[in-house]
Amino acid sequence: MNVKRIFATTQRILSQLRHDPRTLALMVVAPCLLMTILKYVYQGQPQTFQHAAAAMLGIFPMLVMFLITSVATLRERTSGTLERLLILPITKLEFILGYAFAFALAAFIQSIVVSSVAIGPLGLKVAGSQLSMIFVAVLDALLGLAIGLFVSSFAKTEFQAVQFLPVVLLPQLLLSGLLAPVETMPGLFHFLSHFLPLTYSVDAMKKVMTGQGSFTHDFELIALFLFFFLAAGALTLKRKSK
Amino acid sequence: MGLLGPSGSGKTTIFRSIVGVQAIAQGSVQVLGLEAGSVGLRTKIGYLTQSASVYSDLTCEENLKYFARILGTSEISVDEIFELVDLGANRKQLASSLSGGERARLALATALLGSPELLILDEPTVGLDPLLRMELWKLFHRLAQQGKTLLVSSHVMDEAERCDELTLLREGKILATGTPAELKSQTACDDMEDVFISLVGAK
Repeated sequence: MNVKRIFATTQRILSQLRHDPRTLALMVVAPCLLMTILKYVYQGQPQTFQHAAAAMLGIFPMLVMFLITSVATLRERTSGTLERLLILPITKLEFILGYAFAFALAAFIQSIVVSSVAIGPLGLKVAGSQLSMIFVAVLDALLGLAIGLFVSSFAKTEFQAVQFLPVVLLPQLLLSGLLAPVETMPGLFHFLSHFLPLTYSVDAMKKVMTGQGSFTHDFELIALFLFFFLAAGALTLKRKSK
Repeated sequence: MGLLGPSGSGKTTIFRSIVGVQAIAQGSVQVLGLEAGSVGLRTKIGYLTQSASVYSDLTCEENLKYFARILGTSEISVDEIFELVDLGANRKQLASSLSGGERARLALATALLGSPELLILDEPTVGLDPLLRMELWKLFHRLAQQGKTLLVSSHVMDEAERCDELTLLREGKILATGTPAELKSQTACDDMEDVFISLVGAK
């Protein structure tokens, strides 16, 4: 593994983002705006806001990075740059890690801003530290990236890639405990929720927020999903095609 | 060496097989003594794809520097290559705002990085103005004189004249191989276009 090539790739992706300030702005402003709306929707129910905000802080980075990654890798595929790269000395792992570092940095900045806005002006009460919130958010972002990378190989066009969001992420969102606690769901759904990565993201955020219980178990499972999808994503980067 | 044939004759498929990105139904491809696509070939082949495979949301300079870093070549070579393809004035320009010809030259520049032994150029002069085409062919001849092997494809028959050796393709089959002069005397034509037509007729 060559660190230089990983960071060359990370830097390249960050340069691409730099040339696209609107995407950067959307990445940071949109979650803040949604968080504010959430605050006023639950104006009379501060408890519900606490609960929903915690879940959202984990969901935003995942959602955004899922979308960005699936579109970005699809663009690399359709523009021929991926094929161009794969015949050069860079390995698939280096390529993926390059992406992971770039988007982890983007998620880091996003979660610093969003959590600060939530804790500051919006009055979100966090029992745990803001740092662990950011940590979980970055981990969620990486998970979104890994799933996006994997899923993008099943899409031939950018239209299809975007359609994977409702297919792959929305069911997880419904079952993750954001809308109703996992424990109160019917047996089958409760059972299914154990196999969905987003469930653990939401749970980890909730634990950081309430300060009750350790999120080590969630962390382990998110990391497991992360490695699984990264490996599956790496396998879908095929050097040869018809 | 030139690979000539109409669209759909298999030029790109041959090139992709040599580079090692084409899933091959049967047989094997040996390049510079190695299996096509082997790790040992990664720095030895420069490949220009038909549609310019560059990052349109990066500047020319960022594009070249990225590919240079992936190849592990020095950034000094980036300056030389900008001169070579005459894009010095466009260094800070985003690739998306380049004209078709400039974009093609940027892609060519990425293929030239690291001075590979074997250059595979898929229709490098398509859509370029005559003056630029002449300049590029001069460059190709200079590279060939330096001992590099160039495989150039085109569907424009008059470009064949500029190659040392030719392979004419049609519908995935080789029609003929030889130097332009040989092919002309074989078919008793003095125009490459006529050579091609008479060869197709002969089959």
